[in-house]
Amino acid sequence: MDREETSARIAALIEPFNKKDVAITDQTRFTDDLEFDSLTVMDFVAAIEDEFDIIISMNQQAEIETYGQLVDAVVKLQG
Amino acid sequence: MTDMLSENETAAHVDLFSKFDPLIEMRRNLLSTGQEDPFGLVMERVISPTVAVCNGRETILLGTYNYMGMTFDPDVIAAGKQALDDFGSGTTGSRVLNGTYAGHKAVEQALCDFYGMDHAMVFSTGYQANLGIISTIAGKGDYIVLDIDSHASIWDGCKMGDAEVVPFKHNDIEAMEKRLRRIPAEAGKLVILEGVYSMLGDIAPLKEMIAVAKKYGAMVLVDEAHSMGFIGPKGRGVAEDQDCLDEVDFVIGTFSKSVGTVGGFCVSNHPKFEIMRLVCRPYVFTASLPPSVVATATTSIRKLMHAGDKRAHLWENSKTLHKGLKDAGFQIGTDEPQSAIIAVIMPDLEKGAAMWEALLHEGLYVNLARPPATPANMTLLRCSLCAEHSAEQVQQIIGMFTRAGKATGILGA
Repeated sequence: MDREETSARIAALIEPFNKKDVAITDQTRFTDDLEFDSLTVMDFVAAIEDEFDIIISMNQQAEIETYGQLVDAVVKLQG
Repeated sequence: MTDMLSENETAAHVDLFSKFDPLIEMRRNLLSTGQEDPFGLVMERVISPTVAVCNGRETILLGTYNYMGMTFDPDVIAAGKQALDDFGSGTTGSRVLNGTYAGHKAVEQALCDFYGMDHAMVFSTGYQANLGIISTIAGKGDYIVLDIDSHASIWDGCKMGDAEVVPFKHNDIEAMEKRLRRIPAEAGKLVILEGVYSMLGDIAPLKEMIAVAKKYGAMVLVDEAHSMGFIGPKGRGVAEDQDCLDEVDFVIGTFSKSVGTVGGFCVSNHPKFEIMRLVCRPYVFTASLPPSVVATATTSIRKLMHAGDKRAHLWENSKTLHKGLKDAGFQIGTDEPQSAIIAVIMPDLEKGAAMWEALLHEGLYVNLARPPATPANMTLLRCSLCAEHSAEQVQQIIGMFTRAGKATGILGA
């Protein structure tokens, strides 16, 4: 799956968690802009993991701060 | 590279404590209302496992982990005094150097007998037992799959090691299986569960979860800190109660709850388990427990093997309190009592703190638990019962809760 398609699918998954309808760009930060707390992160990561049938370990999550970094990581994890 | 400063220059000072400002501010706001500090209680005198003098008042203790009331057991006290006389006040050394006395071997044997397992390793605290075992056995390239509501000592053990850490939703068997399925087949896997989760007092469906873990080739570690001595026919914990203790590779436990002193342990049937004593840093690089502590633990553990009557009474207490508080109109963490912990859910921290204080004025001590220690950002008044609470005390406690609940407006008038 290419980056564009991956991004589109993640954008759809993010919607229910984007309570304030923040406009999503590659630079959007999960903690600062979307105000995700640890519980939201868990649910959101689980949704992505199920959609793409991958694991994003907490070690990997620690490196992901922005939407763009997440898309890149998911593209890479799909191999 | 930055240039070195000349003699008369100084760089700006950054206060490393600035990161704590939000918490300092939150505490200041809470205490400025005249609220008694819920995290600053002092017990001036301890009268029994269930009664102490707190801040000048005689108080029923409902917020200790003294589940089996062993702290004032005459045999336990006598064993501790004897060990003080015979072996002195402390070992001043690591278990692997000068810190292993006869008493340390005796308490490990008592644990092997208690659990019916081949190996037992005693740590200086339960926190260190989780920290040490988890960080040592799960290394680079291995995966740890754990419940999101795991205790801080489990998370810290994960953080200290080099394994990939994969959490799943609390007690969700399907979420756990999905994660196990996606891990590379050749990778080492450790599933970490708890028997009783201490915040809400709920138990895990260990039998089903362990069967799934084994299907995917994982090893299983179960923390039974809050169930030892009480749950299971022989007090071995939730895994014993659900008839799956044989499937558990590592049981982690503590002496600071039902056993009534301090210390932690891991018991296991793994044939290579003894190597842990040389490779587990939180075991090697700390002083061993004092002789009096291991002597009291040994006596207590051996008595807990035959404490069926106490276990039955504690279950009665748990059921009575759960029903009494539910009938009074409080919201409880579990629909049915599942352990010796009854968690009363508070609307928010301010109300919870007010209720905590009202109970203290009634003469009752409970734990105020708040985020981040609690799941789902809940504020809880956590009640932990003791086998030494009398039936009358439990009724008294229900009365105190009802009065305090009305006084603080948490219960309708």
